[in-house]
Amino acid sequence: MNLVTVSGPPSSGKTSVILKTIEALQKRELKTAVAKFDCLYTDDDILYEKAGIPVKKGLSGALCPDHYFISNIEEVVKWGVEKEFDLLVSESAGLCNRCSPYVKGIKAVCVIDNLSGINTPKKIGPMLKSADIVVITKGDIVSQAEREVFASRVNTVNPSAVIMHVNGLTGQGSYELSTLLFNEKESTNTLVGKELRFPMPSALCSYCLGETRIGDEFQVGNVRKMKLGE
Amino acid sequence: MKIDETDIKNRSIEELTADYPFITSYFSDNNLDIEDKNHLSLEDKNHLSLEDYFRTFDEEELEDNAIDVELHYRQIAEFVNQMNAFLGQGEDKVKSVTILPGTDKSGTPENFEKMEIKQGEIICIVGPTGSGKSRLLGDIEWVAQEDTPTKRTVLINNDVPDRKWRFSTSDKLVAQISQNMNFVMDLSVFEFVELHAESRMIKNREVVIKRIIEEGNALAGEKFSPDTPITSLSGGQSRALMIADTAILSKSPIILIDEIENAGIDRKQALELLLSEDKVVLMATHDPILALMGDKRIVIKNGGIHKIIETTEKEREILSTLEEMDRKVLAYRTALRAGEVITEIN
Ligand SMILES: Nc1ncnc2c1ncn2[C@@H]1O[C@H](COP(=O)(O)OP(=O)(O)OP(=O)(O)O)[C@@H](O)[C@H]1O
Ligand SMILES: Nc1nc2c(ncn2[C@@H]2O[C@H](COP(=O)(O)OP(=O)(O)O)[C@@H](O)[C@H]2O)c(=O)[nH]1
Ligand SMILES: [Mg+2]
Ligand SMILES: [Mg+2]
Repeated sequence: MNLVTVSGPPSSGKTSVILKTIEALQKRELKTAVAKFDCLYTDDDILYEKAGIPVKKGLSGALCPDHYFISNIEEVVKWGVEKEFDLLVSESAGLCNRCSPYVKGIKAVCVIDNLSGINTPKKIGPMLKSADIVVITKGDIVSQAEREVFASRVNTVNPSAVIMHVNGLTGQGSYELSTLLFNEKESTNTLVGKELRFPMPSALCSYCLGETRIGDEFQVGNVRKMKLGE
Repeated sequence: MKIDETDIKNRSIEELTADYPFITSYFSDNNLDIEDKNHLSLEDKNHLSLEDYFRTFDEEELEDNAIDVELHYRQIAEFVNQMNAFLGQGEDKVKSVTILPGTDKSGTPENFEKMEIKQGEIICIVGPTGSGKSRLLGDIEWVAQEDTPTKRTVLINNDVPDRKWRFSTSDKLVAQISQNMNFVMDLSVFEFVELHAESRMIKNREVVIKRIIEEGNALAGEKFSPDTPITSLSGGQSRALMIADTAILSKSPIILIDEIENAGIDRKQALELLLSEDKVVLMATHDPILALMGDKRIVIKNGGIHKIIETTEKEREILSTLEEMDRKVLAYRTALRAGEVITEIN
């Protein structure tokens, strides 16, 4: 089975792009499934089901979604291998722009949109900087100049990525993307022993553990203070 | 001459910025402040190697800023190599694009030998909804090598194309102008064009920006100034600026146009501007005036190229009549807008 991790800011077009891309893969008779990870709520699973795509969803709730992702992905991979899918796509929203669910040796796709502003590439961390493929969506609503400027900014922060333009509504570019996602020669049957591309933050303070009261005396663990100056 | 991670790592920031001035945009876009007082004392700043520079960050700072040092070495080497290739490359002009036949949706081979589109030509693409117009445009953009659903092959300058046309951000084959595009940035006309010129690393920036604004104004019905915020341009003005900017600043040799609305812009002049910049223009349109302005039109049916029609003499005569009608409609529109009472049709 091939495994691809897709991530990107909320509403950047991940689900739209995945749906269109799977349409192209289905025409090639490849069995593709999706595992959707989110924080509090998602109805993406209904969209995938409607399109006849097998889907599993996981909500992290009170946990950091990327921590939740990495503690559950192995089980999801097992499910995919059992069902004999050709390709399993994981979709997860990058919530704080700090983490990324990318694993060394597993294809990583970051989806961002042209509307998010010219400085966005600068603000996104490893999720963008260490992706193998960056998909830029919503090119249909901005000018050619903005598309070119945005793409060149993305290229500056991640020069080695393949940068593709895909329209999540019409599917323009999704066939082309699909050819980069599936590779007959690749096979991932377990993630055990593999490593994250970039460590997640070591956030463990009293508030992570349920503390609600405010004040120095309640703050233990990994606490850091703003430098406010004068 | 390519450089690798080890070269990057061991050279001083001073040397790197002197040899590759563009590298400063890598540092700033990645939030790496190479002038940061906290990290570098003034005297060692310039002689510090990149590796030493990254050593000045402690564990906490690396974690907080999500800095992956090894990744940076790789990315900087890649960036420098890309930019050197980009700056060093000669003008490799796209003089022609050739489409070799594939199959239609039923798998029947397309009935033409080859179709060559040359610089300075306008080609229209017509056909019913779902017939495969966008797919044909997609094949060209992806420079298809029998690896799309249509199995078509696209050649550039009669040769198998370089891979860069697919993946490079600075060398895209196709630029696109379409009906429902907008400006979303909060900038003035001048700042906007300047930003684009910067990202294209244009040398005589001021001159180019001035020319774009002039050409844009020539196309637009109502004039705009360099200080006008782009978001407050009218539909016609936006389209005019977009076309002028794409014609002059975009490096892509092929321009795809998805219908240009009539209102507020001189379409004929817009096409002439694009052609004067040595572009190939491909237009998906059902507007008879635009379709007949083309040199040829491709008729798509059931996913395949069904026919290639050269615009006939008779059609060109009809085009003049249509343009005359169009001019009249426009004149009445202007009169209505000015609050006049329409008295006669002439
Ligand atoms: N030769 C072909 N073989 C197989 N599939 C094809 C072929 N040509 C087009 N298709 C598929 O047919 C569908 C419709 O094509 P496309 O979107 O290009 O139509 P269109 O003419 O642009 O329609 P509209 O006018 O609605 O924009 C797409 O999924 C496309 O991939
Ligand atoms: N105009 C336009 N809208 C898009 C495009 N891609 C996605 N959208 C819309 O953006 C919204 C968010 O998309 P979705 O796929 O749910 O984003 P996700 O949260 O990243 O999965 C939806 O309303 C989509 O229809 C695109 O290329 N162009
Ligand atoms: Mg989604
Ligand atoms: Mg179309």
